[in-house]
Amino acid sequence: MMTLMINGLTHQLDADPDTPLLYVLRNDLKLNAAKFGCGLGQCGSCTVIVDGKAVLSCVTPLLLLEGKQVTTLEGLGTISEPAPIQRAFMEEQAAQCGYCIAGMMMRAQALLQKNSKPTDEEIRTELEQNLCRCGTHMRILRAVRRAARLMDTAELSPGNQGSVP
Amino acid sequence: MNAPVILDRRRVLMGGGALIVSFSLTAAFAQDQAAPVATPAPKPPGSLATTPYLDSWIRIDADGSITVFTGKAELGQGFKTAFQQIAAEELDAPFASLKVVTADTQLTANEGYTSGSHSMQDSGTAIQNVAAQVRGLLIAEAAKRLELPAENLRTEDGAVISPNGRRLSYGELVAADMLHVQAQANSRLKDPSTFKVMGQAVPRVDIPAKVTGGAAYVQDIRLPGMVHARIVRPPGYGAELIDCDTSTIEKMPGVVKVLRDGNFLAVVAGKEFLAVKAMNALAAAAKWKETARLPKQDDLANVLTKLPSQDSTIFERSNPAVVGRKTIEASYTRPYQSHGSIGPSCAVAQFTDGAMTVWTHTQGVYPDRQGIAQMLKMPPASVHLIHVEGSGCYGHNGADDAAADAALIAHAMPGVPVRVQWMREQEHAWEPYGPAMVTKLKASLDENGKIADWNFEVWSNTHSMRPGGAGCMLAAQHMAQPFAVPAAKPIPLPEGGGDRNAIPIYTFPNAHVVHHFIPEMPLRISAMRALGAYHNVFSIESFMDELAVAAGADPVEFRLRHLDDQRGREVIEKAALGFGWRKGQKAPSDRGFGFAFARYKNLAAYCAVASEVEVNRETGRPRLVRAVAAVDSGQVVNPDGLINQIEGAIVQSMSWTLYESVTFDDTRITSIDWQTYPILRFDAVPDSIDVQIINRPGQPFLGSGETGQGPAAASIANAIADATGKRLRNLPLTRKRIKDAIDA
Repeated sequence: MMTLMINGLTHQLDADPDTPLLYVLRNDLKLNAAKFGCGLGQCGSCTVIVDGKAVLSCVTPLLLLEGKQVTTLEGLGTISEPAPIQRAFMEEQAAQCGYCIAGMMMRAQALLQKNSKPTDEEIRTELEQNLCRCGTHMRILRAVRRAARLMDTAELSPGNQGSVP
Repeated sequence: MNAPVILDRRRVLMGGGALIVSFSLTAAFAQDQAAPVATPAPKPPGSLATTPYLDSWIRIDADGSITVFTGKAELGQGFKTAFQQIAAEELDAPFASLKVVTADTQLTANEGYTSGSHSMQDSGTAIQNVAAQVRGLLIAEAAKRLELPAENLRTEDGAVISPNGRRLSYGELVAADMLHVQAQANSRLKDPSTFKVMGQAVPRVDIPAKVTGGAAYVQDIRLPGMVHARIVRPPGYGAELIDCDTSTIEKMPGVVKVLRDGNFLAVVAGKEFLAVKAMNALAAAAKWKETARLPKQDDLANVLTKLPSQDSTIFERSNPAVVGRKTIEASYTRPYQSHGSIGPSCAVAQFTDGAMTVWTHTQGVYPDRQGIAQMLKMPPASVHLIHVEGSGCYGHNGADDAAADAALIAHAMPGVPVRVQWMREQEHAWEPYGPAMVTKLKASLDENGKIADWNFEVWSNTHSMRPGGAGCMLAAQHMAQPFAVPAAKPIPLPEGGGDRNAIPIYTFPNAHVVHHFIPEMPLRISAMRALGAYHNVFSIESFMDELAVAAGADPVEFRLRHLDDQRGREVIEKAALGFGWRKGQKAPSDRGFGFAFARYKNLAAYCAVASEVEVNRETGRPRLVRAVAAVDSGQVVNPDGLINQIEGAIVQSMSWTLYESVTFDDTRITSIDWQTYPILRFDAVPDSIDVQIINRPGQPFLGSGETGQGPAAASIANAIADATGKRLRNLPLTRKRIKDAIDA
């Protein structure tokens, strides 16, 4: 049995400690956002946030996560109450197939949580670990810039943070 | 239902006599294959020609909710939203009151494959005409009930409205079989100037779920009691399993089953990660006999041109009065390239009471059903395929194979839902690649700097080995009683496969185009976005620049000099204007400008791309700085969707063009992940891409999903040539090749 904090809730999980977090998120907790892309830590489609940092869940075993806070895209907001990053991706229509998008958003979220006004260069450098095959990159960049602006505005109105610590 | 019917529509058509409608129902065809031979009788447009009943496309419930059915599969192109817009527009129904159901062998029309940029043209056209005809039937029914002339009635917001404001909702009006009638050849379509929904950048219906963790993909399906399967593929093509002790694997914790059928090897576990562990153990236990049968990777052009080929002259024009003075020739090559889907293929299958259900991200549920039924020796009617989105495929990736894998395993485990997830290295090593190609061009200029004669030869495999038969699926090929891979066939013109876009759109007084179709396939290949058009347009449009240089002409002006097609000219002019293209303009130091143009298949959307590329002369590294594209895809349904497709095409084509080639030794594919098959990352993304649309209200929809691939490639190649003074003709245009050319 492993104990994990995911999206603010404690979960008791019946899984071997070497199990990568991704399988637990997708199968045990039925969370869809983090995706299996390579299982090798090369593409970023499985990206989640652990203690404020973007982490590749496909190569992160459970044993490294005890006592840590895991946040997935589901933990940021919902369709009816989207977080700024989610609103920004909707408003910019920043997806084609969308398979890579959840991972992109989580890496961008982690960046914006520590740097609320990143330069274009900083956004590109941060996202370099994540692959998109449809060629939606221009829109993803626009959406991250828009999310930064939205989060800036949200900070002025408490209770609308849309981010989990 | 397929027999011609005699239909008395007096019930619904005011004053109309008995109307006899009948259409021949040819079998639906794969879109990579030839279009069917035109029948003489007038037939309704798009896919209505093969699926003529209105209620195959649109159903209205008593509560007014409207369902639109398409046999095409949403692959991330966004057409689900576009179809909903089309139907809402022609029905005069609120956009939100509609929903679109996509490819499903029990629910939708058989529209073959979702490919060849055909979805808007086939399915979109059908839906538009059906919606218009359904609206007509609803008005007629209201006219009958209200005892008013139909022309006095109008429609709005899902209802027919009388002059005095009486409102009859579509739900009230629709009766049991009202829509179970065959389409008429002609529809009273709306005047495009009155469009309210079509032509608008309506946000995509699928994006909210995709950005909030909603279930959106086949990978997200979780059925009660579902088990997880992994395949152990052979290490290379033709490898044979000579020994495998499965007993220790069967005893591993959580393992439910190990399945061996000839060279097909799979393991099933209750939990997914245990299946992965068991797969690794099984792979270690398996002993294979491998054959060295792959060609020399660094000599592909020679290998291909020396293979036996079936040669045909596909275009010939002659005007002996025009003679060239100056002749140049060049050869261009393209390597094998991967679709490179970010999500490896996945499928879920369940075999219950003699019936097989498969959830799959195939591009063709009907042809895939045929293949799976044949593999399992089941009647096709007992096999049900449901399309569920996967990761973007850009053609024939592992989707169909994963569906067959899941079906084969589920067949051996009756009642149990089986989920098969391919691993990254399996997708990279086993997907059918975009075929390697060689082109040879030779042309002469006359004394006025115009092309006097043009010779183009292309060597290529087919560009479609999609299922239909089981022999196109890996599982069926690997079974103990295997299905043979069917003989390859060229895809006939006018769409073509290896010769897609081989015939120039330009007008030359003398022209000769030869297609060398190579039946033998050294690597597993099939359809990849744009098929042969990617390399043929790259070749033609690179060579046009080489000729422009030889003629001392501006590349844009040189193209216009040879182009009669008015819509093509406008696209070129718009892209040039948007880019700020000026004759004789020099790019900043270490940068180059490039231009290219094509009309996809010479019959779909027009696209021109102007680009600025920066080349680091020390490292050879190229970077696309900015691109401006113009596109004409006929009547625009969703401008933002169209822009998204063209932006994506430019970025993806840039990745193919600058970085990508499948690698292999004599027995195995060696590009098996993102390190060994690198693609574009964010550091190489341009500063800007500007896509400008030429809308053609009332004109047919022209497919746009693949129109950007060729022009983007050639535009970048031309910009590199402009920046370096060196012409690169072998794809990909890697930094090493550029550096070598600079240093040469």
